[in-house]
Amino acid sequence: MLTLASLGPRELRARLRGPGLRLQTGPFVTCVHSPLASLADSLGAMYAEYPVLEEGTLADFHVRLSGSTGLRRLLRPQVHFHYDGMAPFQPLPLGQAFPMFEWAMNWCVSSQAHSWLVIHAAVVEKGGLAAILPAPPGSGKSTLCAALVNRGWRLLSDELTLVRPGDGRVDPLPRPVSLKNASIGIIRDYAPAAAFTRPVADTVKGTVAHMRASSESVARAGEAAAPAWIVFPKWQAGAPAALTPVPQARAHIRLAENAFNYSLLGEAGFHAVGRLVETARTFDFTYGVLDDAIAVFEQLLAERA
Amino acid sequence: MRSLPPLPLLLRALREPGAMAGFGERDWDLLLRQALASNLAATLGLLAEEQGVLAELPARVRRRLGWARTVWERHLKAVDFELVQIRRALRDTGLPLILLKGTAYAAAGLPAAAGRLFSDIDLLVPKERLPEVESALMLHGWAGTHHDAYDQRYYREWMHELPPLQHMRRASVIDVHHAILPETAALRPDPARLRAAARPVPGRDGYAMLAPCDMVLHSAVHLFSEGEYHHGLRDLFDLHRLLCHFGSDPGFWAALPVRARELELARPLCYALRYCMRLLGTAVPAGVIEAARGGLPNPALLALMDALFLRALQPSHPSCADAFDGAARAALYIRGNWLRMPPLMLSRHLFHKAFLSPKAEPAR
Repeated sequence: MLTLASLGPRELRARLRGPGLRLQTGPFVTCVHSPLASLADSLGAMYAEYPVLEEGTLADFHVRLSGSTGLRRLLRPQVHFHYDGMAPFQPLPLGQAFPMFEWAMNWCVSSQAHSWLVIHAAVVEKGGLAAILPAPPGSGKSTLCAALVNRGWRLLSDELTLVRPGDGRVDPLPRPVSLKNASIGIIRDYAPAAAFTRPVADTVKGTVAHMRASSESVARAGEAAAPAWIVFPKWQAGAPAALTPVPQARAHIRLAENAFNYSLLGEAGFHAVGRLVETARTFDFTYGVLDDAIAVFEQLLAERA
Repeated sequence: MRSLPPLPLLLRALREPGAMAGFGERDWDLLLRQALASNLAATLGLLAEEQGVLAELPARVRRRLGWARTVWERHLKAVDFELVQIRRALRDTGLPLILLKGTAYAAAGLPAAAGRLFSDIDLLVPKERLPEVESALMLHGWAGTHHDAYDQRYYREWMHELPPLQHMRRASVIDVHHAILPETAALRPDPARLRAAARPVPGRDGYAMLAPCDMVLHSAVHLFSEGEYHHGLRDLFDLHRLLCHFGSDPGFWAALPVRARELELARPLCYALRYCMRLLGTAVPAGVIEAARGGLPNPALLALMDALFLRALQPSHPSCADAFDGAARAALYIRGNWLRMPPLMLSRHLFHKAFLSPKAEPAR
């Protein structure tokens, strides 16, 4: 199978500038066009082991990230995102090209991939069992996810949990893990061997850096997992790691609030969430120290075994 | 007459849905993009199903068409719900609830509704009952928009509809019409005749829709007086499906040109038949084309209209645009406004919009 790394930097740029790079992430193929060398470099670093498909393969999404033209190119250049000719977002400063690519990829899936219930949640797997971590921004969801995947859990996704309405299993969509502000330093110290993008300051989310998904998670992107735990995480300085059970009805509402297409799926969405809260154990989780948090997840796994 | 380039894939699929079974993956990659950009992806999937070829399509194509279909199915449910709420709100007025355009197609389950999304619910009521209808809807949560004094005057004195009413909690939007063209337009089809011919929506108590000929003519006058053509092909396909559907009723074809003349809509009908046949291969009986011919403009103007409409009615995707596409769409934009009001009034209106109206909030 052809991977992005096997193309080499020259061919990668040629595809991005020419017919488009058909990049497979989980169940999706995205055709990426971009003349931006900085984006090509970031893709080369973050997506090296992902499958690349030949021209003419059907792409689910056609995206283009381009720079400014005219005077703008000289003065505060920007990056523009186009979805097959449409511009759904305002341009961002050029330095934010890679974060914009990541956000745009999330948008493509969350706004269109309605054959799944798409939940705004990180999801990790061990022993075939998935832990879903839904949470609003700022709760430490991505930090916890990054820590878990550096201690033996497999990354399924750090942003988008894809639940099949048919059998309730979770399909992986492993992509770089987005880290913000203080989390960047914390995870770098926690996982010195992991690969990161250079932090980009002053985005709408503050300073942002991405951590590369592990080779194993990319190689096993076709292996679905069964949801076993739904954990609503909350980081608190100095707090001991503690799980508090969440009643099913409450968990249902909170999952629905975190799903992008719950109401769009109608009855199928209701049943998908209903099945999740019936089959998985549901908890609120506060933690202050990553190692303690991971011990709690290992404990949950041990209880299932 | 310039020679036409080969038909875009989307037009080929709409003309002959069964042909979709023969498309390769590379074709689909482009066809899906054209369909998504033209708001016709859900329609395409339903057409494939209608023709019995859906199961033969590549799995990832079916998946992509399914995403669009899910959105459409949700849309239909939401429309149904809103229609019940509107009927409740207007019950005391005793007015028949005459639905227009997409709302009517959806309520009646016409083939033209298949896959079609629309943003507003369109109603037709007598002009003298507007205040009553507006206050009943407001009591049930639909609040007026466009509060600027100029916009209020624009809608209430010159247009054929109230300023759109938006529900405060559900954000659904109702356009209450009292006519099908603005008060200021040169053509003024008599709305009383349209209302008199309206008929109940089969199987749906309490709702009505325009008679078949009037429904086609309304769709035509709407499309061919428009200024913006982002949905041009979608709207042309509405006409195609309405014509194919009603065309099997005895008497429909003979009545259509006659009714068009009665309502002063002979020209929009000519355009509708001409471009449906050209782009979508609609089977129009020769006698009808002959009978409608009187509505055609002079040959020079017709050549110009061909140049404009044959571009604006293409799929709204970069792969279907030629070098003159932008110019054609700009010209039709000006034409659309021109048809709305007399020149002096139009120039005042555009001046006001450009320099005096409060600006919209900049996007964040």
